[in-house]
Amino acid sequence: MPKQMLSCIVNGETVEVLVQPYVTLLDALREDLDLTGPKEGCGTGDCGACTVHLDGEPIASCLMLAMQARGREVRTIEGLAGSGALHPLQDAFVRLGVPQCGFCIPGVLMAAAALLAQNPRPTQEQIRYGIAGNLCRCTGYTKMLAAITEAAGALPARGV
Amino acid sequence: MRRFELTLPRSIDEAVRVLRDRGSDAKLLAGGTDLLPQMKNGLLKPACVVDLSGVAQVRTLEPAARGLRVGAAVPARALERDTVVRSTYTSLAESAALVGSVQVRNLATLGGNVCNAAPSADMAPPLLALEAVAVIVGPRGERRVPFADFFTGVRRTVLGADEILIEIVVPPPGPRSGGQYLRHTPRRELDIAVVGVASQLTLSNGACTKARIALAAVAPVPLRAHEAEQALEGKPVTAEAIEQAAELAVGVARPISDQRGSADYRRHLVRVLTRRTLRTALTRAGG
Repeated sequence: MPKQMLSCIVNGETVEVLVQPYVTLLDALREDLDLTGPKEGCGTGDCGACTVHLDGEPIASCLMLAMQARGREVRTIEGLAGSGALHPLQDAFVRLGVPQCGFCIPGVLMAAAALLAQNPRPTQEQIRYGIAGNLCRCTGYTKMLAAITEAAGALPARGV
Repeated sequence: MRRFELTLPRSIDEAVRVLRDRGSDAKLLAGGTDLLPQMKNGLLKPACVVDLSGVAQVRTLEPAARGLRVGAAVPARALERDTVVRSTYTSLAESAALVGSVQVRNLATLGGNVCNAAPSADMAPPLLALEAVAVIVGPRGERRVPFADFFTGVRRTVLGADEILIEIVVPPPGPRSGGQYLRHTPRRELDIAVVGVASQLTLSNGACTKARIALAAVAPVPLRAHEAEQALEGKPVTAEAIEQAAELAVGVARPISDQRGSADYRRHLVRVLTRRTLRTALTRAGG
């Protein structure tokens, strides 16, 4: 099968890479672009470990073909922070010791970052729904809620 | 995943040509949230996948005075968040908000949900209750099929192998109309409906002029509960009328027993969810 040229923006940079037509965006990110932050947990969109942003919206990158990202903007956990400083969510996750095994954390952070971008002051219920698509088999949800709540307080509120 | 050829059409005409040439070898790809898992586990083995993400026509959402036009590849998340869909086509917005997780809803499309035609498809009952129409394009041109006639069996629809669902048109419910979609699931997110019910009531001068009730996951296809609708029309929507309609809705359900629930439990849920959605529809219609 001939490879196809995927051109898109990944973490702010224009990327052109040859990919097999049958690989997922997750596999292209991990295997071709060495961005191994997004993980494959289930491969069926149930666990959220592969969450990345597509044009600012959280998606399951295991359920999308790499070529479907052509012309679009992808952001992975590697591109969440600005240069030199952690994103307030990452900072809160570190300070509160949220990660246990750590496998789900990149996906949780990307889901939470998308939530706060759209809703800077979420309620506890809204935070729960915001990360409902992310499974943590260490079951470390309580600390996640605390850290996301804290980060929401640290992020400047938009508008109003 | 098994290897396949991927075509990237820029227009519906181009996509129709690929389907005409490749026939049942080809599969249409919209959001991919149903198709890719089935290809990963080997249930589907298309030689050719036709990606619709480059066809702008199927990605537009147009709320207009004469009705809502939803491109087949508009994601559930867009329907969940659109202010017009939420206010006027409320049951559709509610059903869209229940599909998968947010990561799935940003990919999963309305067209994909109905074309995959699972008996439990959440967005199907609102389309039936709102009397939506499927706009289908094929080599012989365009045809329109009401969603009441769209589903033909479990994972089967009226679509031919060379046809594409391009748009879903939902007529405006009109003033003094209200609706709701409710489903029952053991978990609140990332689950599949044990039973789903959409109701839509339209009122005039204290009486119900139109009632529409649609059920999911209680038969091979999503169903309208016609007798229950007729029992409500032409008179005030009283508690007794709602109770009678809920009972009549149970009569059209032909549920199976499976790991999600027994047939008896599903019939019970039809009664409860029909009653609840009718009450909310009445309130939302201003009754």
